[in-house]
Amino acid sequence: MSRADWGEEEGLVADVLVIGGGMAGAWAATAAAREGAHVVLVEKGYCGTSGATAAAGPGHWWAPPDPPEARANAIAQRQRIAFGLGEPDWMRRVLDETWRLLPTLAQYYEFPKDDQGKVRNYRALRGPEYMRALRQQIVDLGVVVLDHSPALELLAHADGAIGGAAGIRTQRGGSRWRIAAGAVILAAGGTSFRSHLLGSRNNTGDGYLMAAEAGAELSGMEFTAAYTVAPQHSTMTRTMSYAFADYFDADGRQIDAPFGPDQTERLAQALLAGPVYCSLARLPEDVQRHLPTISPNVMLPFARWGIDPFRERFEVTLHTDGTIRGIGGVRVRSEDCGAGIPGLYVAGDTASRELVAGASSGGGNVNSAWALSSGTWAGRAAARRARRVPASFGGLKALGGAGLRPSGRARPASAAEAVAAVQAEMHPYDKNLFRTGKGLAASRRALDAVWSDLAAHAGGEGGTAALALREAAALVASARWSVATAEARTETRGMHRRLDHPALDADLTVRLIASGFDTVTVRPEAIAVPSPFESVA
Amino acid sequence: MIELIVAERCTACDRCVEVCPSNVFEPTAAGPPVIARPDDCQTCFMCELYCTADALYVGPNADHAESADQLVVLASGLLGQYRRDSGWDEWRDRYPNEQWLMETVFRRAAEDAR
Ligand SMILES: Cc1cc2nc3c(=O)[nH]c(=O)nc-3n(C[C@H](O)[C@H](O)[C@H](O)COP(=O)(O)OP(=O)(O)OC[C@H]3O[C@@H](n4cnc5c(N)ncnc54)[C@H](O)[C@@H]3O)c2cc1C
Repeated sequence: MSRADWGEEEGLVADVLVIGGGMAGAWAATAAAREGAHVVLVEKGYCGTSGATAAAGPGHWWAPPDPPEARANAIAQRQRIAFGLGEPDWMRRVLDETWRLLPTLAQYYEFPKDDQGKVRNYRALRGPEYMRALRQQIVDLGVVVLDHSPALELLAHADGAIGGAAGIRTQRGGSRWRIAAGAVILAAGGTSFRSHLLGSRNNTGDGYLMAAEAGAELSGMEFTAAYTVAPQHSTMTRTMSYAFADYFDADGRQIDAPFGPDQTERLAQALLAGPVYCSLARLPEDVQRHLPTISPNVMLPFARWGIDPFRERFEVTLHTDGTIRGIGGVRVRSEDCGAGIPGLYVAGDTASRELVAGASSGGGNVNSAWALSSGTWAGRAAARRARRVPASFGGLKALGGAGLRPSGRARPASAAEAVAAVQAEMHPYDKNLFRTGKGLAASRRALDAVWSDLAAHAGGEGGTAALALREAAALVASARWSVATAEARTETRGMHRRLDHPALDADLTVRLIASGFDTVTVRPEAIAVPSPFESVA
Repeated sequence: MIELIVAERCTACDRCVEVCPSNVFEPTAAGPPVIARPDDCQTCFMCELYCTADALYVGPNADHAESADQLVVLASGLLGQYRRDSGWDEWRDRYPNEQWLMETVFRRAAEDAR
């Protein structure tokens, strides 16, 4: 490939390189820097505003060690909706790490206090303030933050160990950077398959693609069928007010979709039949009044459209959460969140959250606690590894395939068309939420064709065109792993709903491990023997 | 999606250029930045939080621009709403962060549904 087209290359050396500056990446950088490592964090957008954390209001899974039954109860409660795929040991570790770490952010995040000056709680944070605090914390710890600098591919040593990454600077004409590091942490978030899920545009599954190119496997990718309600045409997928919502069809008849576990399915059914309108009239008056200071962004679309949501009905839709409030991701191979490849760690939504969430959405509490914990463990482990394995550019090989280096003759390829194809398979409720073997097979064929074309011909571009093609490749690859595992899971379990297999199949209390590009393979993997702790549940 | 940079309010600090996660804005040699890549906007409203001049307006429609009228938007008093309600900068002491109330709202909803 011609280097000349890409201009001068910037080279940096770090002990630990963190890819992605959301909650998981910032906590990873914090932990690595506290271990004494020289850390560089690269972020596709801006560390502080980019990603699912920043625009949301992450409530963390939280149980203090005292009284002792608090944690056991929290785990037992989660296990009831994990449908056999959760692991209590991991849950306990996450609860403990979250409880220890969150209060340490007090120097940067103003936790609200009551009249006695006591912190009201440490678990519910506002996204923008949280990410602003984390950014300040890592800057103060000496982490070098490169904004607008997406990673495009990993770099590996001859023995396969990961030793860095390469990417571009989107605000410097797409010029190239290359960073050698003793260890790399992938914290690039999950993917909503480019839905209008709030804050998720940069989350194109790049972490999945890069990890898989290094030889890592994916786990739980069938659990991408989470959907969240939002005013039609808006991105405002914030759920709290909708806990009191009533829904109506075009004729004004109320839809039977009460607050509870089946609500999304019922709404999706109604949306397949026609437009759905929402009333928030039941939201208690005191909550209505406090809404702007609880979740300041929720009222923005209403105010700007001149809608009074408490008195007028407004049209709603459901946006795909993909793996963001879904679960799948890179298979975690060790307690320190290693990806099974020397030098490579995964954190947050880039990692599979099956271990702590099981088969039900981790949004609402578990995901944040996982992002913080997995980031912290990965950061510590990466820093320790970097002490043994110094960074070096010598012999590093670039691993990027589809979208960067075509296997056949390069010819102009449309990233936009590939993205549209992914959206067409992963967004519709009658494909991804209500699944059938036949429908999934059709999705598989459509996506296989898009992949073959991208892998064979897309690439050789520089700058932001290369980024768009890589994002497209990551989206297509992620969608293919999701469809393949959904096809293999011939049952209904948690958020994975098969109309042709409506019951849970006890034999499928296994993880589905996906891997591969040109040929995707799926294999079952037994779940680690439940610890004695589970008997509490 | 992003619709307006109100020129008479903008101080050309270029903070929006820096913080936009989708790199929507482009700085100019003299004067306010321009909205160079509106189609990349993810309608996250984050730029408005960081704009202390309240010069930015993000339309709520993520599918297409609604061609907001600058005079109407200015008169609406909606510029700066997000920053104010969030209690950022000069609003710090008047708009408390009540995110902690969220779980009680969910609890009440669950009780209601029973
Ligand atoms: C509206 C909403 C509300 C939610 N509420 C809750 C809640 O209350 N509780 C809860 O537990 N969970 C909640 N979730 C889920 C939670 O937000 C996520 O699990 C969490 O943000 C994951 O953190 P992360 O750091 O892994 O990903 P993100 O915060 O998404 O960060 C990933 C970052 O990686 C960057 N990136 C992507 N690709 C690249 C690349 N190639 N190079 C460099 N950088 C890259 C992105 O720009 C982004 O900044 C919510 C999600 C949404 C959408």
